[in-house]
Amino acid sequence: MSGNSWGRVGQLGYLAYCSAVFLFLTAPILVIVPLSFNVEPYFTFTEGMLSLDPQAYSLRWYRTVAEDPQWLRALANSLVIGFAATALATALGTLAALGLSNPAMPGRSLAMGLLISPMVTPVIISAAGMFFFYSDLGLAQTYPGLILAHTALGTPFVVITVTATLSGFDPNLTRAAASLGAGPVRTFRRIQLPLIAPGVISGALFAFATSFDEVVTVLFIGGLDQRTIPRQMWAGIREQISPAILAVATLLIAFAMLLMVVVEWLRRRGSAKPA
Amino acid sequence: MRSAALVLPLAAFIAVTFVAPLVVMLGRSVHDPLVADALPETLGLLRSWDGERIPPESVFEAMAGELLKARQEKSLGRIATRVNRVQAGLRSALLRSVRKLRGAPRPDSWREAMIAIDPKWGQTRTWHAIRRAGERFTLRHYLHALDLDQAPGGGIVRQPPDLRIYLPLLSRTLGVSLGITLLCLLLGYPIAYLIANAPPNRANLLLLLVLVPFWTSLLVRTTSWIVLLQTQGVINDLLAAVGLIGDDQRISMIYNMTGTVVAMTHVLLPFMVLPLYSVMRTIPPLYMSAAASLGASFLQAFRRVYWPQTLPGVAAGSLLVFILAIGYYITPALVGGQSGQLISNMVAYHMQQSLNWGLAAALGGVLLGGVFCLYLVFNRLVGVDRMRLG
Repeated sequence: MSGNSWGRVGQLGYLAYCSAVFLFLTAPILVIVPLSFNVEPYFTFTEGMLSLDPQAYSLRWYRTVAEDPQWLRALANSLVIGFAATALATALGTLAALGLSNPAMPGRSLAMGLLISPMVTPVIISAAGMFFFYSDLGLAQTYPGLILAHTALGTPFVVITVTATLSGFDPNLTRAAASLGAGPVRTFRRIQLPLIAPGVISGALFAFATSFDEVVTVLFIGGLDQRTIPRQMWAGIREQISPAILAVATLLIAFAMLLMVVVEWLRRRGSAKPA
Repeated sequence: MRSAALVLPLAAFIAVTFVAPLVVMLGRSVHDPLVADALPETLGLLRSWDGERIPPESVFEAMAGELLKARQEKSLGRIATRVNRVQAGLRSALLRSVRKLRGAPRPDSWREAMIAIDPKWGQTRTWHAIRRAGERFTLRHYLHALDLDQAPGGGIVRQPPDLRIYLPLLSRTLGVSLGITLLCLLLGYPIAYLIANAPPNRANLLLLLVLVPFWTSLLVRTTSWIVLLQTQGVINDLLAAVGLIGDDQRISMIYNMTGTVVAMTHVLLPFMVLPLYSVMRTIPPLYMSAAASLGASFLQAFRRVYWPQTLPGVAAGSLLVFILAIGYYITPALVGGQSGQLISNMVAYHMQQSLNWGLAAALGGVLLGGVFCLYLVFNRLVGVDRMRLG
């Protein structure tokens, strides 16, 4: 009997512990959301906010951001660099994943190791190296320089997601297409691409999120003209911390949740198919 | 053949945009031609110097001539800085000597004139320092990065304890990373188990909770921790409001090591949970029931049956978290204050503030070497091709 009650206590304790960990994971992010509507320039809950007084809430920080040319410029830069890097990374990464999906490819594991390395290399080292190399090439403080850097950092995500999708792909399908007279390009477009599309789109979203959140290479090889949203937030946190940052953060959280839900939906769609 | 052709474009792209920069950086860590290019005659003459007495007049004459020329070419400041990094104090000696020699008429003896301006010219260690700063290919940045120094005789000695900066920082980085890895395991293992054994719908929901921080911008998460932990922040307000601490006893939890550890654990926890979860999902719950039905207590069953099967996930998650932790830069830079800085922050400092790029490159080389070894271990144990996201 006592063993059983011990079990109950242990069970409850375990669930309480897990709840605390989930709280640790999510609460810090959610706490920013209400604070971004603070009418006062404070980073903490005012009495008015706690008593749910509507007067204590306002959209003033959102207005500040929307009217600030620096933030708008940063948004435009983030989008330009993000889209360009994503397009490049997705094209190169998908091609490479198609090659890597062939287990007989010579030097496969070496190639995989090389292609994944930008993801595990400390970004400060990549950025320092890029600073030296891109300066020599005249690419420092230019959009192409940042796009190349972000492409390099984003490709591992595309390679990983597309390779994962391809691992459930039946190679007989391409053989069947070939036997029916389709060339390799047509086979890819009509047979492989539709089936691996969820993986490709997930990879693209990962690559975009990587670029959209990247600050270290922007710090090292970006100039004043290439300030992105994370770079602007970095400056905001380091120099003049203003509640406008909380408004931007809330918008970024909403954007991240959207990306996450789309990727999860794609992943389930992909894995729901018969492997 | 066709598959290799498909991989080639990306491999070439990564080689040019990513590997080449790393090679250039490693090159900078051992190749430093600035002083060698500026003082060729002096360094040539010093090659036949015995190293024990003050060098002959010809060396002084060559040195004065080349320094005056460097001043005209506006490279004197950079040369003086390089020499000063080998031996502190020489920057001012060089600059002052050139300033005085420039106005004065040609002296009878350059040697006496220069020693009169600054007695450092009469010390052999000054000339040893110039000779070392003039090494075109050099390991001095690596020695510096490992708190070592080259003795005038040629042997390698450790820096005096009060000048050792980088090894303590390196061991702090390793220690903190290890601590964060253990913390992530401690926090992540139970929830991975919970998710892996929950009914599918609830498991999906809980998994989303883990993925929320994974997708949220790093800068947003860092901002959150500042808002929560600062002395006028939410947690301190809460503690003061319920009376646990007085208003003057607010705890400093940020801009120090605590801030670094808390924020980094938060950032890296998903990288622990996801590999654990994907391994635990494949372990049938029947194994634990079978052990229990054979009379094992929960702890026994866990230790003997469940834990060993999760080891691949534990290894994958721990290695990944550790690799990411030792190279972490953004979080410590923003919330670490003085005491919470890690080795990456020192690389950034030498890149951006002290402009000692050779040393930055050498520190980067040391870090890169460490990460590379861990990456090889990771590849051996887990396999990069089995890495999954989400």
